[in-house]
Formats: sequence, structure tokens, C-alpha cells
Amino acid sequence: MKTVVCYINQFFAGIGGEEKAYQEPYIQEGCVGPVQAIQAALEDAQVTHTLVCGDNYMGSDTEKAVARILELLEGHVPDLFIAGPAFQAGRYGLACGTICQAVQEKFSIPALTSMHPENPGVEMFRQKVIIFQGGKGAVKMRADVQTMIRFANKLLSGQPNEGAEAEGYFPRGCRHEKFLEDKRENTAAYRGVQMLIRKMHGQPYRTELAIPAPEQVPIAPAVSDLSHAVVAMVTSGGIVPSDNPDRIQSASATRWGRYDISGMERLEAGVFKTIHAGFDPTAANADPNVVVPLDAMRAYEKEGKIGRLHPYFYSTVGTGTTEAEARRMAQEIIPHLVADGVTAVILGST
Amino acid sequence: MVKELEKAGFPVAHMCNLVPVSQSVGANRIVPTISIPYPLGDPSTPPAEQWKLRYHRVGVALEALATNIEQQTIFPVRI
Repeated sequence: MKTVVCYINQFFAGIGGEEKAYQEPYIQEGCVGPVQAIQAALEDAQVTHTLVCGDNYMGSDTEKAVARILELLEGHVPDLFIAGPAFQAGRYGLACGTICQAVQEKFSIPALTSMHPENPGVEMFRQKVIIFQGGKGAVKMRADVQTMIRFANKLLSGQPNEGAEAEGYFPRGCRHEKFLEDKRENTAAYRGVQMLIRKMHGQPYRTELAIPAPEQVPIAPAVSDLSHAVVAMVTSGGIVPSDNPDRIQSASATRWGRYDISGMERLEAGVFKTIHAGFDPTAANADPNVVVPLDAMRAYEKEGKIGRLHPYFYSTVGTGTTEAEARRMAQEIIPHLVADGVTAVILGST
Repeated sequence: MVKELEKAGFPVAHMCNLVPVSQSVGANRIVPTISIPYPLGDPSTPPAEQWKLRYHRVGVALEALATNIEQQTIFPVRI
């Protein structure tokens, strides 16, 4: 019989709410709480163990939590790993995504979870982890478990994955190979032309390769008078004071820093450097102004082309950084800009 | 980050080397730079030349911030 191990948080394990959110991971034989519903829906598989971890412990001590859970799994490695459902609970979603990804990578077994579309975990993990589209809260437990376990049963019995839409999970952007009967109507040329004909006739058609449409933001109005503008510099090029006081990560950054440049005419080598791991740092370390052009901005400030330069620059690392993290970091930076009356921003990317 | 800042009402000039990426992500005012490791100054050229390039392109970015646009725009640079 195939085996399954499930992951749930402190709340669903029934040990407590916020006050137990720092619970360290532990493993228990058999089913705990909602895992019973998972077991009931499984056709020919046994849930051998349930892993439990507090959401805050997972969120704030992620590396330790993941390492400990992987350790707890040694000797109990199942055929399939299931986390959640996490519904719209953000921290739980993050935890489920994190642990599914780690388990997949470490043990090369499939991992599944389920979340509401607005759970930030969806955006962060949908490309790496199969996340089923779930309800907002635990009232949808039954339905969410059914959807997820229908697929689990197929997977465990070796039936083919019919793809994200048919199975009910968020598209990962993976293309599945599918063999069609060898006839003219099935050739790519025929399918493409049919699609084009439908498009030309204004009829509905479906692309076979969906390119995700980027969210467009309205164009902010230009500054009306540059000579009064307060301009701020932001970089994703990882320029920081040499001791990297905010310990910004060299890749997949989640932290950013704001560094005082008042009184400085340029960024001096040795005082500033880049900690970006995505490019050769030689040039940026020799002259950080090639990434954060403080010298040029000072020149324009002196000429009176701009009103003044905001006395800080903001920095993070843009390699491997998720859109969700980038968005959050920008949101955290905005109040500092607003407080100083900044009217425009130059953002440099490497 | 460009989009979040712009959503908050700040015009943003995105100075970047990978212009197609910037376009597809959805930056509105784009100013090309010369490379990834040294966006605004080629270390194999004399400092005076690097300065000229940097001064010029930052100037283009500032002009971009003062330019009203109807659609996503890549601002041309001369150096």
C-alpha cells in the first residue's frame, strides 16, 4: 500500500491558536485533526504520520523549521506528501508552500497543498508546487480535501496528470507532452490555422500556450516642474555599506536597506559595495556610482535641474527575488518617500 | 517594485539593461543602461567617458520623469 505523510499547523492539530504559533515541529503516527478527512478520501493509501508545526515558527525560523521537519521525515519518507489545506490563512499558506517545496526537493516525491486564490502562498509557490484552488476557510474543508485527494488517488495509482485546469490546481506554467492520433487535424499547423480562423471571425478560441498577462499600472503623471522635484534613488543592484548592516541576502532577497547619502558627492569604493550574487561585482565595487549614480544626481542637483535629492537611497537584491517580495519591499519603502516629500523615483536594475 | 511605486503615484524612471523584461513586467518609463554588472559606466573606458555616459543617461531619466506619456515608453539615449 502507498504511504502518505501530512503536514498541518498548530491550529488544525488542535493544540492552540496564536499562543501556540511558535510550536516547534513534531511528528505523530497516524492522522491528526483534518488529516482524518484526507485518510477517508484516499482510496488505496495510508497516512502513516502527521507533521505539526506552528505557523510563526515556520515563518520566522524557516530554515530551522524546514531542517527539523526533513529530519523528522527521515525513515518515514512516503510516496506522497500533503500539506494543508491552508484556505486563506497567509502564514499557513506560506508554511505549506515552503514545506512542500522542501520535501519535493529533498526526497523527490510529489507534494500537494490547497489554498484560496488570494492566499499569498499561491503567488509565491504556484510555479514550484501543485496548489489546489481552495475555499476561504475551514468550512470548505470537505470540498477542498475531495478535490485534492481525487488527484492524489490518480497520482498514487499511476494515472496521468490531465493538467492544471482539469485537475483543479493553479497552473505552474508546465507544458505536458501529449500524444495525439496521427492525423491531419491533430497537427500543430492545422490547430494553429483553425485558431487563427476563429480569431479572424471574432469567434472564441483557446491558446495552447497562455502567456500570463502582466498587470499594468496606470502611468503616474510626470513631475510638473523638475527644478522643484525631490528625487529618490532605488536599486535592485545590491549596493550597500561595506559591512551590509541589514544583512540583505545576495539572492532571493526578502530584506532591503535605506542608506544615508547626505553630504556625499559620490559613493566611494570601499565604503559601499554590491552584495548581489547575480553578476560579476568587480566594476560595481570599484565604482558603486555605476549602479547608484549619486555623482551624476549631485551634479544635476547643483545645476538646479532638480530641486533636491532625497537624502537616502534604497537597496535590495533583484536576483531570484519573487514578485510578491519585491512588491512588499516597495510598499515598505513608500512611507519613507512620502515622509520626505519625494516626487519622483529613479529605479536602477542590474 | 517599479509598479508598486508607480501605483503609489510616483513617476518612476526604470534604468535597466534588460529592456524587454522591464517592458513585459510593465514599467512605464524605461531608460536603457549599458550592461548588467556596470549599468552606467564601462570600466574598460576612461573615467571621463564613463562620467559622460552616466551623466547623459541619468539626465534622460530625469527628463523622462518630467515627460507626460500616453503609453509605455522607452526613452532614447545618445551615449
